[in-house]
Amino acid sequence: MDEKKVIYLDNNATTMVDPEAVKAMMPYFSELYGNASSMHDFGNNLNKAIHEARQNLADLLGAENESELIITSCGSESDNTAIYSALRTYPERRHFITSQVEHPAIINTAKVLESRGYRVTYLPVDRAGRLNLDDLKAALTDDTFLVSLMWANNETGTVFPVEEAAKICAERGVLFHTDAVQAVGKVPMSLKDSAISMLSLSGHKLHAPKGIGALYVKRGVRFKPFITGGHQERGRRAGTENVPSLIALGVAAKRAKEFLPLEEAQVGRLRDKLEQSILHNIDNTLVNGDIENRLSGTTNISFGYVEGEAILLMLNQYGICASSGSACSSGSLEPSSVLRAMGVPFTHAHGSIRFSLSRFTTEEEIDKVIEVMPQIIGRLREISPYTPAAK
Amino acid sequence: MGWDYTDDVKDHFLHPRNVGEIENPDGRGEVGSIVCGDALSLTIKVDKEHDIIEDAKFKTFGCGSAIASSSALTEMVKGKTIDEALSITNEQIADYLGGLPQQKMHCSVMGREALEAAIADYRGENWKKEEEEEGTMVCYCFSVTDKKIERAIRENNLKTVEDVTNYTKAGGGCTSCLGKIEEIIERVRAEMDKEQGKAPAETAPAKKAEVKAAQAAPAAPKKKLTNLERMNIIQKVINEEIRPALVHDGGDIILNDIDGTKVSVSLIGACAECQAVRLTGTGIEKRLSKAVGEDITLEIVPA
Repeated sequence: MDEKKVIYLDNNATTMVDPEAVKAMMPYFSELYGNASSMHDFGNNLNKAIHEARQNLADLLGAENESELIITSCGSESDNTAIYSALRTYPERRHFITSQVEHPAIINTAKVLESRGYRVTYLPVDRAGRLNLDDLKAALTDDTFLVSLMWANNETGTVFPVEEAAKICAERGVLFHTDAVQAVGKVPMSLKDSAISMLSLSGHKLHAPKGIGALYVKRGVRFKPFITGGHQERGRRAGTENVPSLIALGVAAKRAKEFLPLEEAQVGRLRDKLEQSILHNIDNTLVNGDIENRLSGTTNISFGYVEGEAILLMLNQYGICASSGSACSSGSLEPSSVLRAMGVPFTHAHGSIRFSLSRFTTEEEIDKVIEVMPQIIGRLREISPYTPAAK
Repeated sequence: MGWDYTDDVKDHFLHPRNVGEIENPDGRGEVGSIVCGDALSLTIKVDKEHDIIEDAKFKTFGCGSAIASSSALTEMVKGKTIDEALSITNEQIADYLGGLPQQKMHCSVMGREALEAAIADYRGENWKKEEEEEGTMVCYCFSVTDKKIERAIRENNLKTVEDVTNYTKAGGGCTSCLGKIEEIIERVRAEMDKEQGKAPAETAPAKKAEVKAAQAAPAAPKKKLTNLERMNIIQKVINEEIRPALVHDGGDIILNDIDGTKVSVSLIGACAECQAVRLTGTGIEKRLSKAVGEDITLEIVPA
């Protein structure tokens, strides 16, 4: 692709690192390279900055105390840590509950558990990707060691009622974890007022660098470490602190919290403009997901009679980055398991495109996408044998 | 992009040649289905006196490489005699584009199949009869028979299950047929070794211009089915394709009800206990959707 301006609408895959976060982390690669665990001042002086970063992150989550955070390397590590901690806290329990639409970090870990003889319930979702909490109530048993439900879905942006779900679990004395990788920084949170026992987040989804994440463990929830070794993270996660990335994560968290009140008005407005224009200008389109409860920046649109990878390749010509739930673009031969769990017909799952915006998305960028989408779909439908003769 | 496409693939995708449909074509080949994620409709005009393909046009639903392969195919066959066209292998279609990513080789196979189907149609050959001789279903998710897998192995010298999935899609869905694919590879490769031992210089099965009608499953019926027609097709597919395979694996399927496009079944025996019951369901749902050309919703209820 030639050098053209990139229009990045794939923020659920990863985000641009906030320039302020980049600036803040740079000194920790050069003059401030010490080890925070050292006894000398050179290393030890880092602890003030580290504490501030942790505090910013705790503020974003509405956590009671920064000590409830365990800094990890990524969202997947946080998810694995949560599951295995719960499993080992209740060694006599053999049942795990999650949903059919979770991230692979949860789904594939659940499959590993199944292969080891654990029982796993995958709660279904309806056509709009919504969970029925009665299904959760019915699935809970005295044998359940953990319930893990995502806060927001990466493909459709659908937000689950995790706080209610956590309450239901708490009443049954069952731990509740949420993979909030897509939600943190986009949805207001007050964990100190919720029954959520554990929460995973990932830095690179909220304008911090890749390679850093966190697991929130509510005070009082019993915890067993996943990575053992040194005494870092109060003995709950060994490994020398990733200081530069943590500093950046702190700045990113602070910036996200500042922006949160504007999220709906700015990001949500642009998303709605994009979505409504596409639905209005292009026939045989439909939105996947729960439009009542959805992340402000995500839209997942199915275009009938055309295939998603072909759409992405055409978008790429304009420097527009998005993603698709089609089989061809996933590297597998089956379309997205999330869309299939929702019962999206194959005819529409193959032609699904996800646009995910961020606070850095501009009106001009959205206008460009609105301009080119009808041409792209029109062109592919000309080639498609399924396009209805009558328009 | 995730795929490493050659400049030729990109060129044929962005500027496809011969898009469209020939009016009153001399031959028409339709393979694939919208359910499976790619489909190709090829029409040809033939100079009957000289048996030369005068014109070819395509319409394709699919990814970049499916569209590029279709475009390349039409360019390749124009001006060729029918026999010359039949000798085109899927490998040659891929080569014409400077190669395709391994995982996308099935796009070139689809192109060759459409060509064979169009030529069979031109020659007025009886598709239905050919289909019955096609062998047994191995992959229900993508409707791939043992014959098609065998041919792909021979023509492209495939060695692994992954190769077979890349070229035919078989095994790319619920993965329950991977064991069967492995058996086929073992058998066919043993046969190939034997053949080579016998006649080392001569064997080049790929070059045989033997007309085998459309290898792919029947194209989805175009006009809307009546309830009765739909029910008949669903019963036929379940009884003749799906049940024998499940029985073979120690299970069985009971058809409870058909309500429009909603089909209710129960799985019993090995299938019911199998963890992959949902996945099995997906495969059946897809096979039925493909057979009737509409989206079938499958409900699996306890027996």
